[in-house]
Amino acid sequence: MNYVFHFGDMWNAREEFLSGALMTLRLSALAMVASLVIAVLGALARTSGPKPLRLLVAAYVEIIRNTPFLVQIFMIFFGLPTVGVRLDADEGALIALILNGSAYTIEIVRAGIENIGHGQVEGALALGLHRLQAFRLVVLPQALRIIVPPLGSQFILLMLNSSVCSAISADELTSAALDIQGRTFRAFEAFIVAAAIYFALSLLFSSVFATLERAAFGKRNAR
Amino acid sequence: MRSFNVGDLIYLLLAARWTVLLSLIAFAGGGIVGLIIALMRVSELRPARWFAIGFIRVFQGTPLLLQLFLVFFGGDMVGVPLGAWLSVILGLSLNAGAFLGEIWRGSIQAVPNGQIEAARALGLHYGQRMLRVVAPQALRTAIPPTVGFLVNLIKSTSLAAIIGFVELTRAGQQLNNATFRPFLIFGLVALVYFVMCWPLTIFASRLERRLALAYKR
Repeated sequence: MNYVFHFGDMWNAREEFLSGALMTLRLSALAMVASLVIAVLGALARTSGPKPLRLLVAAYVEIIRNTPFLVQIFMIFFGLPTVGVRLDADEGALIALILNGSAYTIEIVRAGIENIGHGQVEGALALGLHRLQAFRLVVLPQALRIIVPPLGSQFILLMLNSSVCSAISADELTSAALDIQGRTFRAFEAFIVAAAIYFALSLLFSSVFATLERAAFGKRNAR
Repeated sequence: MRSFNVGDLIYLLLAARWTVLLSLIAFAGGGIVGLIIALMRVSELRPARWFAIGFIRVFQGTPLLLQLFLVFFGGDMVGVPLGAWLSVILGLSLNAGAFLGEIWRGSIQAVPNGQIEAARALGLHYGQRMLRVVAPQALRTAIPPTVGFLVNLIKSTSLAAIIGFVELTRAGQQLNNATFRPFLIFGLVALVYFVMCWPLTIFASRLERRLALAYKR
């Protein structure tokens, strides 16, 4: 191997990497928050809505989870403009990430809700708590214990998945690396640096989430 | 621009063969890598364990797309140009190896320690212990998540399109460029993936339920 590594160009492009990383974080955070909101509504509809709605949500989840994210992005980014919805790459990427992420988050929230037996609520009501108290004091604390840990992993998966958005040149870290390698012809270095940033971010978030979990739920819940 | 015709549909279905082939080869490659990683992860040798942990962390903590880029350009760098086909196979196999290794580690460790101690006490050597005592028991817990992972792997092969390998997704892109019917074409592409993945998803969750019932008893 007589390849000479050349990271000088990468150091010169540090601001591009940094802004790419920030865009990745922004995109992931926005998508995560939006898909959480959709997931709560979706999971409620899936567990206690009328039958047609339950089936609709179930179909949505299955369709999204059994087709590739890249195809979903193409469908949204190239498809929506043909029906008169104008959107740029960043908007297309965000919509695709939200639609994709919600399907997985719905399943996480649903598992949390379904895990709490009917007896729990009945017991709480029998003890004289009213409905809101039963939800707040009995259902919610238990559900959160089940829901929150996988949500952390889901965020990291979503962040790593967002690199696929570079296929439509959305403004994020992988696109930044592609731009830099196109300009400097240092493909390996550019992708190594980008991969290292993603890796650092996923390590950072997994330790932050683990700490928050311990603080919120105590050691018993620690993975 | 031209209209979408039957020939295009056949073109998509023929391209789907490459998706199937790529998935099968990557699954086999990932299986070999995964087996090695899982055995290293539960090994008594500390360096082997550390290597396996590092391998799993790195491949699970970075985007698959970048892993594919790195293999593709890494090959060029060391003077062995791999081309799109081999790069994707190698990249997907390494990535699948990390995920399968982690899944199978869990299954191996779920086998009660007493089983291994008893096998050792009976004088079975490492190969016999693993093959005759651990594997048959670990297999039961390993199969449902492995089938589930296969669905992920099939979906992941779509990233080969970005490297430039013509499989199902890439064929869809080509047709979309020619006919500009994105909803129709990517809808069909998605449908073909769905037809491949959904039965596996159902199969995996059925196996999982059966296993959960077996443990409850």
